[in-house]
Amino acid sequence: MPRELKYAQAINEAIDLCMARDPSVYLMGLGVPDPKGVFGTTLGLRAKHGDRRVLDMPTSENGMTGVAVGTALAGCRPVMTHQRVDFALLALDQIVNQAAKWRYMFGGKLKVPLVVRLIVGRGWGQGPQHSQSLHSWFAHVPGLKVVMPTTPYDAKGLLISSIEDDDPVIFLEHRWLHGITGPVPEGVYRVPLGSARVMREGRDVTIAAISHMCLEALRAADTLAEDGCQAEVIDIRSLRPLDEKTVVESVRKTGRLIVAEGGWRSCGFGAEIVARAVEQAFPSLKCPPCRIALPDCPTPTSPRLAAKFYPRAAEISEAARAMLGIRETRPPVPASAPLDVPDPSFTGPF
Amino acid sequence: MMDAEILTRLYRGMLRIRIVEERIAELYPQQEMRCPVHLCIGQEAVAVGVCDALDRGDYVFSNHRSHGHYLAKGGDLRSMIAEIYGKATGCAQGKGGSMHLVDLDAGFLGATPIVGSTIPIGVGAAWGSALKGESRVAVVFFGDGALEEGVFHESLNFALLKKVPVIFVCENNLYSVYSPLAVRQPGERELFCIAGGHGVESHQADGNDVLAVRSLAERAVEKARGGGGPTFLEFKTYRWREHCGPNYDDDLGYRPETEFLEWKKRCPIAALRERLLEAGICSDRGIGEMESAVKSEMEAAVEFARRSPWPADTLLMGDVYAS
Ligand SMILES: Cc1ncc(C[n+]2csc(CCOP(=O)(O)OP(=O)(O)O)c2C)c(N)n1
Ligand SMILES: [Mg+2]
Repeated sequence: MPRELKYAQAINEAIDLCMARDPSVYLMGLGVPDPKGVFGTTLGLRAKHGDRRVLDMPTSENGMTGVAVGTALAGCRPVMTHQRVDFALLALDQIVNQAAKWRYMFGGKLKVPLVVRLIVGRGWGQGPQHSQSLHSWFAHVPGLKVVMPTTPYDAKGLLISSIEDDDPVIFLEHRWLHGITGPVPEGVYRVPLGSARVMREGRDVTIAAISHMCLEALRAADTLAEDGCQAEVIDIRSLRPLDEKTVVESVRKTGRLIVAEGGWRSCGFGAEIVARAVEQAFPSLKCPPCRIALPDCPTPTSPRLAAKFYPRAAEISEAARAMLGIRETRPPVPASAPLDVPDPSFTGPF
Repeated sequence: MMDAEILTRLYRGMLRIRIVEERIAELYPQQEMRCPVHLCIGQEAVAVGVCDALDRGDYVFSNHRSHGHYLAKGGDLRSMIAEIYGKATGCAQGKGGSMHLVDLDAGFLGATPIVGSTIPIGVGAAWGSALKGESRVAVVFFGDGALEEGVFHESLNFALLKKVPVIFVCENNLYSVYSPLAVRQPGERELFCIAGGHGVESHQADGNDVLAVRSLAERAVEKARGGGGPTFLEFKTYRWREHCGPNYDDDLGYRPETEFLEWKKRCPIAALRERLLEAGICSDRGIGEMESAVKSEMEAAVEFARRSPWPADTLLMGDVYAS
């Protein structure tokens, strides 16, 4: 049996290993050394690596991101952690105007090896200001790299690659992934930035998914299999650089594309994937591609509205069935468990 | 000595917030209030003392820990509880939850949980109102953490520049989540002196002494209304329960238990009760009646929230734009 770890532990281990190997790596963020350790992802790191390299910070996202950029120029490898993507919006100047551009605008003389860990909230009434994903925004910016691992294995491997990378990397973790478990090898290994992963092979439809939506896509693939439809599920995992080859090849094989992501539909990353597929595999497409994404409204807090807001496996499989002309014969299953938590152990508030 | 009516009103205001929040804490484990709640138990005097100095038409802005501010400003209790229950009858139709309270009738223009975010908005509301020739004052409540955001400094600068009728009220409860001030700010500096450094008149007082709070607030309101510009008020206080959620969290060890017990001894409500009894303004019986009145008001609000309908599905896409 390979060793299993939780996603949060895999993150923790990646940081731990990088800090042990490279004294220039340090970790900073609100609550990093606190008793909850950013959902467990930073627990124990201060005891191991000391309070000079594992530190809390003032509630000054913009300023402290700039400080991190400065330390990166001076040869450090900062890992910044924000408990929500939404809080990092205060730091957009430093991330977008500065970190993303210092290499280019100074003629390649400088580098900013910064990792910004951002957590996407969901559920238990996170509401309009604690749940935005915004991966598409970051992926829009040349100079930033953007990754969103789904599995514990990828979380560790991609975080190590991100920390070792010489450019700023936005590392997005979905809050509902921290508790999932999967095989994680010991020691250092890397998942290269810019590589997608085929999670499940199939010939009938390609479901390209991002982050937590990969889990929904796998669930959808299970039910589709009962209908005799073999879905291929691709975990995009790296939005920039984007491994379009894996997606395009899959679409050439299946002729059908569904993209599932946790961002808004309009101007979202799903549109980018669809565009690449259309540009490169147009003759193979048997039907128009389909995007499963958030409706274009802010996240509502009420659990009743939030249940309508977030698409799930059923929406994905329905889209696939529509493409393949398969009629749904199963009666709709009424939700037995609350929809605003990943599992019953998650009882809020976060 | 303030007159008996004011003292009783202040007491009732604090007691009401305390009882409402304790009931929220009791009911929260039933998992029907499915949103984060940041309780202000222990900090009631700041909300009540400040809001008592305001007119109903004055504006208040708040942060994540907003129940007390909302209630003290006269926000509707039933709409607040329904909002926390995610119901259509909530003050934001269930779209906001505990962290996004609003009550326009009471001048409570909004609470948002992005630290520091309502500080410039409060400045703008006060300035905008003044531009229209109104004599409104705005108060922004925020925590010690918000002073670390750049926007705090930007806001003070502008408020003073334009003599905006705004009052910055900092509830310094010594922590931001589990992080004590000492790991976030240099210790040799008082918070109100930072505001003073911007040239904004600033004062500090015991935030658990509702009379001290009220008298500073009264002066600041008078000055703002008279065109004298902004004031910054720092009130030291203490959050009794966990940062977010219904429980106590002293087992986590992020703050010394003795510190908590010390502050608990200085309960703002118990302190005023003693004064009321000593001065013969209230009797034990009178206070008991006040308590049961608030309790039944709260029970009715919970009942209302529970019985209220969920927001209709069509609300999801509503109000993204005017049309
Ligand atoms: C911009 C931003 N950064 C971080 C957070 C996370 N956060 C929520 S409440 C809070 C504590 C703020 O402390 P303080 O302002 O002192 O208020 P208190 O909770 O003590 O009342 C933090 C850091 C946030 N909501 N917004
Ligand atoms: Mg505080």
